[in-house]
Amino acid sequence: MTKIQTPAELKELAATLKNAPRPPVKLLVSMGTCGIAAGTADVLKAIREEVAERRLENAIEIVEVGCMGLCYAEPVLMLVDRESGKRLIYGDVTPQQVPAILNAGTAGAAPGTRTLERSWYYPECEAPAPGELQARIVLKNTGCINPEKIEEYLMNDGYAALAKVLTTMSPEEVVKLISDSGLRGRGGGGFPTGRKWSLAAAQPPGEKFIICNADEGDPGAFMDRAVLEGDPHSVLEAMAIGGYAIGAQTGVIYIRAEYPLAVKRLEIAIKQAEEYGFLGKNIFGSGFDFNIEIKFGAGAFVCGEETALIHSIEGKRGEPTVKPPFPAVSGLWGRPTIVNNVETYACIAAIVRNGAEWFRSIGTPGSPGTKVFALAGKISKVGLAEVPMGTTLRKIIYEIGDGIKNGRQFKAVQTGGPSGGCITAKNLDLPIDYEALKAIGSMMGSGGMIVMDEDDCMVNIAKFFLEFTLDESCGKCTPCRVGNRRMYELLEEITSGRGTMDTINKLKMLSATIKDTALCGLGQTAPNPVLSTMSNFEDEYLAHVQESRCPAGACTKLIHYEVTDRCVGCGLCLQRCPVNCITGERRERHLIDQNRCIKCGVCFMACKFHAIEKR
Amino acid sequence: MKVNLKINDLPVAVESGSTILEAAEQLDIRIPTLCHFKMDCFHVEHKCGSCRVCVVEVKGRPNLAPACCTPVMEGMEVKTNTLRVINARRTILDLLLSDHPKDCLICPKNLNCQLQALAQEMGLHHLLYKGEQSTYNKDLSSAAIARDLDKCIMCRRCETACNTIQTVGVLSAVGRGFQTVVAPAGLHPLVETECVFCGQCVQACPVGALSEMDYKYDVWRALNDPSKTVVVQTAPAVRVAIGEAFGLEPGSISTGKLVTALRMLGFDKVFDTDFAADLTIMEETTELIERVKSGKNLPILTSCCPGWVKFLEHQFPKLIYMPSTAKSPQQMMGAVLKSYYAEKIGVKPENLIVVSVMPCLSKKYEAKREEFSHDGVPDVDIVISTRELADMIREAGIVFQDLDEQDYDSPLGESTGAAVIFGASGGVLEAALRTAADWIAGKDLENIEFTAVRGLDGIKEAEVEVAGLKLKAAVCSGLGNARKLLEKIERGEADYQAIEIMACPGGCLNGGGQPYHHGDMTILKKRLDALYREDTGKPIRKSHKNPSIQKIYEEFLGEPGSHLAHHLLHTTYVNRKQ
Repeated sequence: MTKIQTPAELKELAATLKNAPRPPVKLLVSMGTCGIAAGTADVLKAIREEVAERRLENAIEIVEVGCMGLCYAEPVLMLVDRESGKRLIYGDVTPQQVPAILNAGTAGAAPGTRTLERSWYYPECEAPAPGELQARIVLKNTGCINPEKIEEYLMNDGYAALAKVLTTMSPEEVVKLISDSGLRGRGGGGFPTGRKWSLAAAQPPGEKFIICNADEGDPGAFMDRAVLEGDPHSVLEAMAIGGYAIGAQTGVIYIRAEYPLAVKRLEIAIKQAEEYGFLGKNIFGSGFDFNIEIKFGAGAFVCGEETALIHSIEGKRGEPTVKPPFPAVSGLWGRPTIVNNVETYACIAAIVRNGAEWFRSIGTPGSPGTKVFALAGKISKVGLAEVPMGTTLRKIIYEIGDGIKNGRQFKAVQTGGPSGGCITAKNLDLPIDYEALKAIGSMMGSGGMIVMDEDDCMVNIAKFFLEFTLDESCGKCTPCRVGNRRMYELLEEITSGRGTMDTINKLKMLSATIKDTALCGLGQTAPNPVLSTMSNFEDEYLAHVQESRCPAGACTKLIHYEVTDRCVGCGLCLQRCPVNCITGERRERHLIDQNRCIKCGVCFMACKFHAIEKR
Repeated sequence: MKVNLKINDLPVAVESGSTILEAAEQLDIRIPTLCHFKMDCFHVEHKCGSCRVCVVEVKGRPNLAPACCTPVMEGMEVKTNTLRVINARRTILDLLLSDHPKDCLICPKNLNCQLQALAQEMGLHHLLYKGEQSTYNKDLSSAAIARDLDKCIMCRRCETACNTIQTVGVLSAVGRGFQTVVAPAGLHPLVETECVFCGQCVQACPVGALSEMDYKYDVWRALNDPSKTVVVQTAPAVRVAIGEAFGLEPGSISTGKLVTALRMLGFDKVFDTDFAADLTIMEETTELIERVKSGKNLPILTSCCPGWVKFLEHQFPKLIYMPSTAKSPQQMMGAVLKSYYAEKIGVKPENLIVVSVMPCLSKKYEAKREEFSHDGVPDVDIVISTRELADMIREAGIVFQDLDEQDYDSPLGESTGAAVIFGASGGVLEAALRTAADWIAGKDLENIEFTAVRGLDGIKEAEVEVAGLKLKAAVCSGLGNARKLLEKIERGEADYQAIEIMACPGGCLNGGGQPYHHGDMTILKKRLDALYREDTGKPIRKSHKNPSIQKIYEEFLGEPGSHLAHHLLHTTYVNRKQ
């Protein structure tokens, strides 16, 4: 393969690739982890067999793409007619449906299949089209191109930003551009990326490092994985740009080992980029050298914290140390180091291509750009959505996510993962950005959104998130190691009906101290789910401790099942009960032995006459 | 450059790079600490900021700042005693205690525990938070160090001692969340690790998680067994530290009181390891001169310190030909007692119980090494630390500080100034040089003080010329320093002929079995001064001039390096690399 040495050569190559003859129809097959888990591999196999058998190679181009964001309907296929631009999206595809889908082509939906109406995911542009809910900057190529073929990235402006930076801009100009764009770290804290870069750039020259934090671990957040699996080159290109800006020649991608597909695609991407000369020595003839290596995380959430991450790369125990010194001054091996997360990097090339002004025109003044949200929990359409900052939660949940599953009532949404807080219906119309979320006691975090409905007990939810933090604490500082454990025990007192007002008071006091004294962000934010549920759903806490009642009916120790006089004595519950605690003669009202009942709810679900009540 | 800040409204200027804690110290404002540990004379500061007891309020900062590891900044305004700080501090302590056993009365660190002291200092009289407590099996696998992880408060001081100071690397945090604890990898028992039992972790541990293996009761039982003759030997560094346990000023020389107390406890004879130290010099110096003259197997490394020897066996097995084959003074004394002395008094070796009082925990392990037993009879039966002896004296109702001063028993109680300085880093080398110089020169030299090798510095060097023979020597203490030196030797970059190495920084005076110094380095300096005072006060200050030594060679051993001397006083080393 010949190395690309000038921007002109790159342009020419991209044009050649674009103009190459292609089949009239392309068929996108969602081969991200989510798709593969749902069975896309079998569907793909069926497609290949069918195409081979019917000799459709020249009629249909099969493109294996990363996550399309429609996780609720995987396996997902999309047919695109190149000429007319017409699209057809199929969801829940089975291998059996493949012949029918190929028969129907782009003319119309094949019989016996599910097509997905919405095309909101595909504006295919970097700026939001007027009236569009979504913009695509981070996910520009994700789900559109084959991530294992660098040529497809090159056809979509790939490495053009790097070429521009290396041949027409000074490092100071790059740092200034990123500062001017107002880009903020997408990993959690929202620290201005430009400020980080300028701090590292200001350090005396010498060995410096640029790290990509791909240790995504928030429960319910999976956008980084989608980008790495769907568009790995966008991250590599941005790291090289960052390296040039701060004077680093080595990039390290710290990725969790639980993302094998992302690792594989990154490895392929690095190799391809090296072959074309986008990584390695003297990139674009500029004299700038840059290499990227991959380091695996061993599945510790706390290694998402930058100092812990750096220790982990150094082979030390992954635990945070006190800042200052900040990594930008003294980081990996004691050298100036930048740590940015995947989604942050995925914005860089677009900013270089389109300018800071353009980026600022999207989103809110304080938080320019877009944010990818991972919708999960009790939402109808689980998936990924990229929206401009400042979009309201209502639009995200109801228009993109299609509301709550099974027609239930919305109760709250947790943003910011275990470090965030819950947002209630009263804030659904708030345009969300970093500051707005902070103001209502939550945070942006990495962009996970876990939607809860009326069946979710908020004390239990707080306990769930705290349990996560407990498992993931590195155990270094007292407030996090012991304090969070005590918080969890206090919550358990409440959900098991042993809580008193004193328990609630202790929770409040302990939360305050932990926030005030924990060493790193993980510990400091651990009480957030407790504090925010306590302030938004105080009545639920009070119901637990004052009335021994769980309003959502979720805390098993606080509920019991009773047979009412609607019972016809059919005996179904008696047969189904796993612990044989229901007695009663045929055609007579049955009785549940409360002492032996394990509150599994099987009888409640079994009863056809709604004669069993949960109280 | 100076930085100006205010603490509790009082202005102070400190060097930039200082911490809030250091600035507060200048103002005599005390900020309580727990995990923070500073051994300035060894250039070690452990400030991982893990306990959070030292948090203070800094104007403009959203959360509280740990004073021990937050650097000062120009114009900083710090408050150390606001309600917010006091509440936080108390809650932290409350949380620590909620996961800590409350069996203080029977804890080995009772009254020496910094957590206990802190609770008292803060006047914490009831606990708010209760819940699950960590439970682990006690690790009593080794002869030297007992580990009770239920008491570990995760201050990580032992980790710094083990990894940063000693570079042994056995202890580190294991597990995560509430289950995190400091332990060897895989929670293996200490005996299965490369631990050298130096006991610096025990010195560093502020609570009862790490302590010595306790052999006091074995001593009581032996003392009260009419069929046994029980003799005791005391190491050089014990006499300058034991007084601290009874409220005497650090640096007090308690040799005479120590002997009296041991007699009162019921030991049949009270001997001095210093005698064996003189014996060691005879053997080791003979070897030194031989090696220097032949130019083979240089440099010669000292072998008195069992922690250091084990370190070498694990970490530098290629160099195990280098240490002198001479046994340590403790083991020489044991060997002489169980042969020469047992025969002399007509007692079978198995009925002669040899107890050692050592500043060291590794000596407990050393006595159990199989090289130091004959037909199942160990040369040294029981090893207790300075702290354990102090406990026994207290238990026996002996008022140590008021005791008369008595002399050691003869002949194995007679020693020279050269022997007593074995207790300090540099002492063994200086003692060897005193003898070597005389022997090479063939006369009784006057100038016997080799001050270049004295002091608490980690690595010291000296070049000596005696009667035309040039000798380049080095002294190092602390295994981290030893590692540096040994790596230099491995790379062939060192041209020393003799090197003294002690595992503990500063030597035995800072041993793992000494009264706890809790980071107060002035105590170590006073012990050091006391050892050299004792040396200067001795009428004889060269090992080969010790009449009892001369006598034992005449009567029993022949000459240094003789066949019998080799059989009794020399040993071999093992490659322990796994």
